[in-house]
Amino acid sequence: MVVKFVVNSKKRAYKGPPFKRLIDVLRDDFGLTGTKEGCGEGECGACTVLIDGQPVNSCLVPVGQVENCKVETVESLGSSAELHILQKAFLEEGSAQCGFCTPGMLMTSLAWIRNGGSDKSQEIREYLAGNLCRCTGYQHIINAVIGAVREYKKAKARRKGLFLPSPRVSGERAG
Amino acid sequence: MKFLKAHTPDEAVRLFGQHPEAIPLAGATDAMVAWNVGRLNGKIILDLSAIDEWKTIQILRNSLKIGSLVTHAEIQRHPVIRKKFSLLAQASSQIGSTQVQNRGTIGGNIANASPAGDTFPPLAVYNALIHTVSFRGPRVLAFLDVFAWVKKTRLHPSELIEAVEIPYPSPVPKRWMFRKVGTRSAMIISKTVAAGLLWMNKDATVNKLRFALGSVAPTVKRLKTAEAFVAGKRLTPDVVEHACRIMADDISPIDDIRSTAEYRLQVSQNLLRSFLKF
Ligand SMILES: Cc1cc2nc3c(=O)[nH]c(=O)nc-3n(C[C@H](O)[C@H](O)[C@H](O)COP(=O)(O)OP(=O)(O)OC[C@H]3O[C@@H](n4cnc5c(N)ncnc54)[C@H](O)[C@@H]3O)c2cc1C
Ligand code: FES
Ligand code: FES
Repeated sequence: MVVKFVVNSKKRAYKGPPFKRLIDVLRDDFGLTGTKEGCGEGECGACTVLIDGQPVNSCLVPVGQVENCKVETVESLGSSAELHILQKAFLEEGSAQCGFCTPGMLMTSLAWIRNGGSDKSQEIREYLAGNLCRCTGYQHIINAVIGAVREYKKAKARRKGLFLPSPRVSGERAG
Repeated sequence: MKFLKAHTPDEAVRLFGQHPEAIPLAGATDAMVAWNVGRLNGKIILDLSAIDEWKTIQILRNSLKIGSLVTHAEIQRHPVIRKKFSLLAQASSQIGSTQVQNRGTIGGNIANASPAGDTFPPLAVYNALIHTVSFRGPRVLAFLDVFAWVKKTRLHPSELIEAVEIPYPSPVPKRWMFRKVGTRSAMIISKTVAAGLLWMNKDATVNKLRFALGSVAPTVKRLKTAEAFVAGKRLTPDVVEHACRIMADDISPIDDIRSTAEYRLQVSQNLLRSFLKF
C-alpha cells in the first residue's frame, strides 16, 4: 500500500504494510529519529507527534490512517542556530535531564500554546498528563511551558478557538 | 494481514458483510495495543477512519446524535454537549490523556465494552440510544442492551455502530454528577466511575433518580433498586443510608489488580451518598 501524507511541510509517500506504526515509519523509513519510543502502548507520550495540529501517540497510529494528513515531529521546531520559543524555554529552565521525554513534551506543549492554552500551571499539567518524565519531577517542564506561553502570546496575536477549559464536575441548579 | 478501507457508510456495510470476520478500526487506541502484542496477526482489518459521515454531531429537535467516529476531544469541546450533557463532556475529558482523547472515538469506546469505559455511566443515565448498520439494515438499541459481558457486546456479526443518540433531559435535572475514581488523577483506568441525575418534586420529594456505575460489575450498571426506592421520598439521612445499603443488590464488584471488591463497594456507596446528600 502507498500512503501519501505531509511530514514537516514535506510531501512524503510511504510504501509498505498499512499497519506499520507511524513511529516506525517516521524513524525507519524517513530517518526522523527525534520521535522516541518509551512504552509502545500509549502510556508515556514519548512518541507524541502532531497530526493535523493535534498531539497523538505515534505508537498507536497505523500509517494507513494518515493518508493526506499533516504530520509534525520535533524536527519541525527550531534549529540550533534559531531555537523555537519552547526549545529556548526548556533550555533556560533546565527542563531536560536524560532528555528522552523531551521531544514528546515539546510537541504536546507546542499544540497547547498554538491552541491558545493558558499559562495556568494546573491546566498545563492536565494537558501534559500523557507525557511521563522519569527524571525532572515535572516542575521545570511546567515552568518552561508557562514561560513559553507568555512569550508566544507576546510575540504573536493570540490564536483563538480550539481550546476551552474543562467543564464543571457537578452542580446544582438554584431553586 | 489484510487492510480494508471504507470511505462511505455504504462501503463499510458492504465490506463488513463480505468479511464478517474483519475487525473494525476507528481511532485504533485499543486496537493498536492488541496489534502490538500480536493479537491481530493474520486478521482482516476494516478501517472506518475515513468515513466523514460518522464524524459529525447533529443537533436534532429532541436529541443530539453523535457519530461513532467523533473523538473524545471533539465531544468535550462541543458547546451543546458541554451545556446539555456536561457529564459526557466531563467523562470524555478524563479518558486517558490528551493524545488518547484526540484519537479515541465514542464508537470505539462502546464497542470495546470494557467494564471501565468512562463514557458509559453518563450515557446510561442520559438513556442513550445506539444506532447500528449492517447489510441486514439499521437497528436501534437501548444503551444498556449493547453490553453482554466484559469486553463482549450484543452487536451482530457484520454490524457497525453508526451513532449515539442522547435525548435532552427534560426538565433539566436538579442535580448532576460525574466522578471517576482512580489511583492518580490522569491516565488511569477507573476503579469506579459514576454518573447521576436527580429530579425533585415541588414538595422536596424525589421525582426521579438515575445513577449508573462502571467498573463494579461485568458491564455498566444502573442502580435500579435504589432508584426505585428513593422515588417519591424525601432524602432524609435514613432514606439515603438505606439507598446506599441496597445498592449492593445491583452491583457485583470484584477484586482485581486495580482494587478490591470491598473498596469498590465502599467507594460506590460513598459516591451515591455524597450525590444524594450534596
Ligand atoms: C493509554 C490509554 C489510556 C486509556 N484510558 C482510557 C480511559 O481512561 N477510559 C476509557 O474509557 N478508555 C480508555 N482507553 C481505551 C480507549 O482509548 C477508548 O476505549 C477509546 O474510546 C477507543 O476508541 P478507538 O476509536 O480508539 O477504538 P479502536 O481501537 O479503533 O476500536 C476499539 C474496538 O471497537 C471496535 N469498533 C470501533 N469502532 C467501531 C464501530 N463504529 N462499530 C463497531 N465496532 C467498532 C473495534 O473493532 C475494536 O474492537 C485508553 C487507551 C489507552 C491506549
Ligand atoms: S511510546 Fe507511544 S506512548 Fe509510550
Ligand atoms: S528528562 Fe528523562 S524522562 Fe524526562
